[in-house]
Amino acid sequence: MKIITYDQISNAVIDLITHAASNLPEDVAESLGNSLNIEISESGKSVLNKIIKNAEIAKNENKPLCQDTGLAVFFVEIGSDVKIEGGTITESINEGTRRGYEVGYLRKSTCDPLTRKNIGDNTPAIIHYEFVSGDKLKILYAAKGGGSENMSRIKMMKPSDGIKGIIDFAVETMEIAGPNPCPPNIIGIGIGGNFERSAVIAKKALFRNIGTINHDKELAEIEKTIYKKVNNIGTGPMGFGGVCTVLAVHIIKEPCHIASMPVAVNIECHSHRHTEIIL
Amino acid sequence: MEFKKIKAPLTEDVIAGLKTGDEVLISGTIYTARDEAHRRLTALIFENKPLPFDIKGQIIYYVGPSPAKPGEVIGSAGPTTSYRMDKYAPVLMEYGLKGMIGKGKRSIEVKDAVKKYKAVYFGAIGGAGALIAKSIKSSKVIAYEELLSEAIRELTVEDFPAVVVNDIFGGDLYDEGKSKFAGKFK
Repeated sequence: MKIITYDQISNAVIDLITHAASNLPEDVAESLGNSLNIEISESGKSVLNKIIKNAEIAKNENKPLCQDTGLAVFFVEIGSDVKIEGGTITESINEGTRRGYEVGYLRKSTCDPLTRKNIGDNTPAIIHYEFVSGDKLKILYAAKGGGSENMSRIKMMKPSDGIKGIIDFAVETMEIAGPNPCPPNIIGIGIGGNFERSAVIAKKALFRNIGTINHDKELAEIEKTIYKKVNNIGTGPMGFGGVCTVLAVHIIKEPCHIASMPVAVNIECHSHRHTEIIL
Repeated sequence: MEFKKIKAPLTEDVIAGLKTGDEVLISGTIYTARDEAHRRLTALIFENKPLPFDIKGQIIYYVGPSPAKPGEVIGSAGPTTSYRMDKYAPVLMEYGLKGMIGKGKRSIEVKDAVKKYKAVYFGAIGGAGALIAKSIKSSKVIAYEELLSEAIRELTVEDFPAVVVNDIFGGDLYDEGKSKFAGKFK
C-alpha cells in the first residue's frame, strides 16, 4: 500500500494550477509555431504571431496567458494500491484549487448559476475519477476557459446517422462557433457512452498531446477528415479569416446503447493549458 | 501592416474613418464592463438614473482581468466573448456609447445599432491577455467593486491593439474573412 497524504495532493495541485496558468504546454506552442507555416491569411499570421508573443510574455513575467484562468478540471487516476491519508481526495484537490488560484493571482470564475454571485475561490473543481491498478496517483489538470466551453455541443444522434453524421455535426458545431471560442482550437470529441459519458470522454480527449496519433485507425481517419473540413470553413485565427481554425481533433469512443449514438464536441481555445503529475 | 492610431473617447469623425479590417492602436480612457455590469447599466437607463460614468463617446471593453500582483497595474486582460452583451449594447449606443471592444460575432440588432448610432465594434485577440495588459497604463475600479473582476474599471490605455470588426457601413470582418478563405485549406 502506498500512502499519499492530503497535503501532498493539495500541494501538487497548487503547482499544477500556477504553472499551467502562465506556461503554454510544449505541444501547443509547437503546434502554433507550425501553423504559421500553414496559414495563408495575413491577419491570421498576425494573430498567430501575437499569440506566440503573448506566451513569451506570460512565461517571462509569470503572468496568466489569459485572464480567463478557467474552471479547474481534473482527471484523476487512482491506483488500487494507493491509500490517501489526512482527508478525502476531493477535499484535497479543492483545497489545492482554492490556494492555487489565490497565490497565483488567478481569476476566480466560479459563480452561482442563478444569482451569478461569485463563489470567490474558484471551487468547486470539476473532478473525474478513474480507478486503475497499481500504486500511483495520476492527476491530469486543465484550466478550461468559458468562451470555448460555451460553444461546445452534445447531440443524441441516431445510429443511422453514421460516421458522416458525426463528421457533419462536428463541422457544424465549429461553423456555428466561428470566432467565439478563440480559434485556432483543439476539438475533443466523445462518441458513445450515454448522455453524460459522451461529454466526459470528449473532455478527456482534449488531454491527448497535439501531434500524437489515435491508435484506432478508423478514429484517426475521422479526425483527419474533420480537421480538413473545419480548416476549410475559413474562420481562421480569432475568426479574422484564414485556414488555421483548428490545431487538432481528438476522438475517444466507448460502447453505447443499441438505440443511441451520443456525440459530444468539446471545444478548447488556443490557450490550451493542460498538464499532469504522477504521485 | 498599417496601424491607425486613434484616441478614446471617440469622435464621429474618427468613427467615420474606420473601416472593417482596419488595425488600430487605441490610446486614452476606456471603461470595462461584462455581463452583470451591463445589466445594471441598462437598468439605470430604464429607471432614468445617472450612470456611474458619462457614457457619451466612450468605449467599453468587455474584460474581466485577472488580479494584479503587487506592483502591477493590472493582471492578464484580454477580451471576453461579446455576444453575451448583445442584449444590452443597443440601448447603451442609443445613450451615447460609441465603441465596444471584445471578441466574437455580434447579433443583427447590435450591427444595426452600430450603423444607426454611428458606433464601432473592435475585435481584440482573445487569449492574449498578457500581451494586451502591456498597453494598459492605469486601472481604477469606479463602480460595482463587489463584482470583483467584473467591476467597472476606468483604464488608461496606450496603443491598445484591436481590429475594426463592425463599422458604420455595415461591414463585418468575420463574414468577409470567412468567405475569403473558405475552401482554401490544402
